[in-house]
Amino acid sequence: MSDVSENETDAKLQGTVWVQDVSFIDSVPRWIAMSFVFAVFIGIWQFVTGFGFVSPIILPTPWETLQDMIFVGKNLLSGGYLFSALWITILEVIYGFALAIAIGLSLGILVGETAFGEKAVMPYLVAIDTMPKVAFAPLFVAWLGFGIESKVALAAFIATFPIVVGTAAGLHAADENARMLFKTLGASRLQTLFKMKFPAGLPQIFTGLKIGAVGVMAGAITGEFLGGGKGFGEQIRVAASQLNTPRVFSLILYLSLVGLALYLFVQFTQRKVVFWHTERVGSDDG
Amino acid sequence: MNTALGTDQTGAPLGAPVYELTNVHKTYARNSVVALENVSLTLRKGSFSSVIGSSGCGKSTLLKIMAGLIPPTKGRVILQNQPVTGARRDIGMMFQQATLFPWKTAVENIVLPIEIRDGKPAAKKALTKAHDLLEVVGLKGFENVYPNELSGGMAQRASICRMLITEPAVLLLDEPFSALDELSRDMMNMELQRICREQDATAFLVTHSIQEAVILSDDIYVMKPRPGRLAEIVEVDLPRPRTLDMMTTPKFGEIVNYIRGLLDKGESM
Repeated sequence: MSDVSENETDAKLQGTVWVQDVSFIDSVPRWIAMSFVFAVFIGIWQFVTGFGFVSPIILPTPWETLQDMIFVGKNLLSGGYLFSALWITILEVIYGFALAIAIGLSLGILVGETAFGEKAVMPYLVAIDTMPKVAFAPLFVAWLGFGIESKVALAAFIATFPIVVGTAAGLHAADENARMLFKTLGASRLQTLFKMKFPAGLPQIFTGLKIGAVGVMAGAITGEFLGGGKGFGEQIRVAASQLNTPRVFSLILYLSLVGLALYLFVQFTQRKVVFWHTERVGSDDG
Repeated sequence: MNTALGTDQTGAPLGAPVYELTNVHKTYARNSVVALENVSLTLRKGSFSSVIGSSGCGKSTLLKIMAGLIPPTKGRVILQNQPVTGARRDIGMMFQQATLFPWKTAVENIVLPIEIRDGKPAAKKALTKAHDLLEVVGLKGFENVYPNELSGGMAQRASICRMLITEPAVLLLDEPFSALDELSRDMMNMELQRICREQDATAFLVTHSIQEAVILSDDIYVMKPRPGRLAEIVEVDLPRPRTLDMMTTPKFGEIVNYIRGLLDKGESM
């Protein structure tokens, strides 16, 4: 049959086919590569702690840390004292972020939309932004006390600036033709702002929100370190002062989950709202 | 120019004047540059006119004045017997880029002028008209597609619809297809001619391409720079409808060469 001859030509052709080299790392799925790095990391950690190169006070073994994580996890799930502490920190982060969004968007519109804001307000914002904002923490404590308010204030203070910058930049993102079009349509300033400039700037605004989401977490914890209170940061400080290093590690890990959740929430909202704008950073499989 | 003997795009005698500019001057106060000097022109109902000239000849200033975006320093700008003092509903405009907004679907983009001028309910009512217009430009079935999924030519077709939705008295076209490749550009020019004929539109095109100006226009305003002024009005008496084949005829070549000569003279000054 013809099958035979086809197979023969196939065989002949195969010798001439140029086989493209695929580099090894390209053929490995991401999760395997990531697990590999994780295993190496744990291996080194186990090595230096297990053989006594590092004092257990400075660095606990992976096993001790895991045990403590399970303890903390149980406490969190059963609504124990660690859960109340974490809840306080979560509230600080939520209030701080909401405040930062409200102030950041308003200031961003003032600076990005009005000549007055651009000329008179922006220089001050830039000046404050270059300051080490954490240094303001004692001031907030002095003004607002040791309660949740001073932490919310510091968290919002740190997160506001990237949102202002993102909003101001976003409002300038619309191109000249779009502005002309709106002028020829006789659009009012508010219409131009909310029907064109603001939506066109949403990608930049969300970039600002994402940077802010990271900052708000740092602000809340710094506030707790320096201003006491009953939050998770305080728990970390106490554990560290008792040289309970495994506890410090596991608290940090749970805390980073909260930060990650906030970041992913912003990213999810971005994908829903700015559906037309696709980011291609750090994703290899769409 | 003996324009009274001309005919419009449909072959009928020239219509009434729609847009009239008389002795328009424009001096930019900032650097006291004379952008336009003594420009007068008349667009008649159903006619297609182009303005051509090297950069800095005041084409875009002229277009901005005609669109009501900037006031002239001196002179009269009269559209449909009303002086133009700002943005007007009876002016439709098209730009180099389609300028569709990616967060709106094709039809939503097309009814945007209605949404801005009359609000959302009116825009909703205009949706059927937007569907009809999409059919006119050959985009039926793309009503609810987002601009990201449209090619450059398709996007410009949609922006033609957006320009037509308010039924403007004059269409101002600012190098509308210059961002497209040459094949799509020729095709879009023929489409533009067809749509203008169907809608009996009065069109005014700014272009850098002599060929494009000649194949589309009844009248070509050749401008010279420093200060920007009209050098000559060239009448194109090729028969309507124009076809791409006409671009190879001797007459077409003659007109193109004549205009190129005018432009070169302007350059050497």
